[in-house]
Amino acid sequence: MSKSKPVLTSSLGRKLIMSLTGLFLCTFLIVHLIGNLQLFKDDAGYAFNNYAYFMTHFTPIKVVSYLLYLSIIIHAVYALILTTKNKAARPIGYDQYDGKANSAWNSRNMGILGTVLLIFIVTHMQNFWYQYKFGTTPYVEYRTEVSTGNQEVLKLDDVPSDYNGYVIYPEPGGIEVVKSKDLYRQVEETFKNPLLVGLYVLGMAALSFHLIHGFQSAFQTIGFNHRRYNGIIRTIGVWVFGIIIPILFASMPLYFYFIK
Amino acid sequence: MSAHMNLTLKVWRQKNSNDKGQFVTIQAKDIADDMSFLEMLDVVNEDLTRKGEDPIYFDHDCREGICGMCSLVINGRPHGPKYGITTCQLHMRSFHDGQTIVIEPWRASAFPVLKDLAVDRTSFDRIQQAGGYVNINTGGPQDANNILIPKRVADEAFESATCIGCGACVAACKNASAMLFVSAKISQFALLPQGQTERYERAQAMVDQMDAEGFGNCTNTGACEAECPKGIKLTNIARMNREYFTAKFFRQEDVHQH
Repeated sequence: MSKSKPVLTSSLGRKLIMSLTGLFLCTFLIVHLIGNLQLFKDDAGYAFNNYAYFMTHFTPIKVVSYLLYLSIIIHAVYALILTTKNKAARPIGYDQYDGKANSAWNSRNMGILGTVLLIFIVTHMQNFWYQYKFGTTPYVEYRTEVSTGNQEVLKLDDVPSDYNGYVIYPEPGGIEVVKSKDLYRQVEETFKNPLLVGLYVLGMAALSFHLIHGFQSAFQTIGFNHRRYNGIIRTIGVWVFGIIIPILFASMPLYFYFIK
Repeated sequence: MSAHMNLTLKVWRQKNSNDKGQFVTIQAKDIADDMSFLEMLDVVNEDLTRKGEDPIYFDHDCREGICGMCSLVINGRPHGPKYGITTCQLHMRSFHDGQTIVIEPWRASAFPVLKDLAVDRTSFDRIQQAGGYVNINTGGPQDANNILIPKRVADEAFESATCIGCGACVAACKNASAMLFVSAKISQFALLPQGQTERYERAQAMVDQMDAEGFGNCTNTGACEAECPKGIKLTNIARMNREYFTAKFFRQEDVHQH
């Protein structure tokens, strides 16, 4: 017993990184879901566009969002490193391998599920994040009569002349004018494409299976395995992250494609 | 009276660790269903020997399910189709007449095939030598009741210590990870007062050796726990992780001299 290897290049250290980045991404899902539920509000995207502007321009949130992108990359890169090492640990495979006799399908295929998720994330970022920041997201002007709450919505395709990110000002006659990028319309347009709707639903199915195993697996890796709490961890993993969150996310493209 | 059966065996044959190896189909005739799986192989080997052929090389020792020497992946499952037993405790009544049985060695780069179905498991020995022991000073033994150990803890340590080191966990794991074995060996000492002296050094040294041997990384599928003939639990792996991370992040002063 003498000198030991640095923690982050050890098998357990790499697993710890997978676990911590994974759990961080799980917490993000909750925030992302709550924000996106505003898509279901029947207000022509007034609340959602306001929220989108806040999320992309409030500094603490921006810092966290870059941490988030970094986490996704680290999670994927370490998954690749670990998978490569795992393949090397069994250079000659079995002629017959009866995996279903001893383990769940999703637990054995986290890499495949993760790859589907990565493809989904890249597409998703291109569809909305890139379009919102650098692309062709249209504009919108909301004219709200403050006393009555009556709202007039003007869809704009060109940049408003006084636009500098997000404009809100009163106009004579008790009218509140809001001009912003119309991410809501971007969502509507994107989900007219059945292929993208299909990919989003597939992505959420992958998310479900990934997290049903991944959430409780992360706690096991950290070393948190206790008779009293395993039940609640498993329940949260299956119901919250495996069922409720993916279904609510998947309902968004379906809502815009079939109902809106 | 026992029923007899004829079986088709698809057996991995490999001359030595440098040979590429291949599957060879062998007929096992007139096998009694109350034979153990290894006795069936004995019968096949007698037949092969009589014909002047090389018998199938496989590991075995006590044939009582306690030594950890027998192995074999049988129809895709370590120690065969039953749970909680070693191959020597598997009986031919678990198979039926005319069945084809695929027999393969443990597959892991850290378990190189020596010949046919026998693999070299000395990587487990080296992990054990890296820290799976306690130092006890010489002198008169003290009274056993001087060190009180709660029954729960003693039972838990004993359950971890029932690991026979057969390697079925590695064979079952899709990543050929040895974490169930290593965690059982770390746990049996970490739980007991006698194991405290080297506790954090042990966790680091054994994990390091496990990595050095080229075993894979745990994905928490639970396959190892399901296939373990001794029912070693996944809670051991969580404990190993705790021991290791505690050692790494909080107890370095117990590990290295400063």
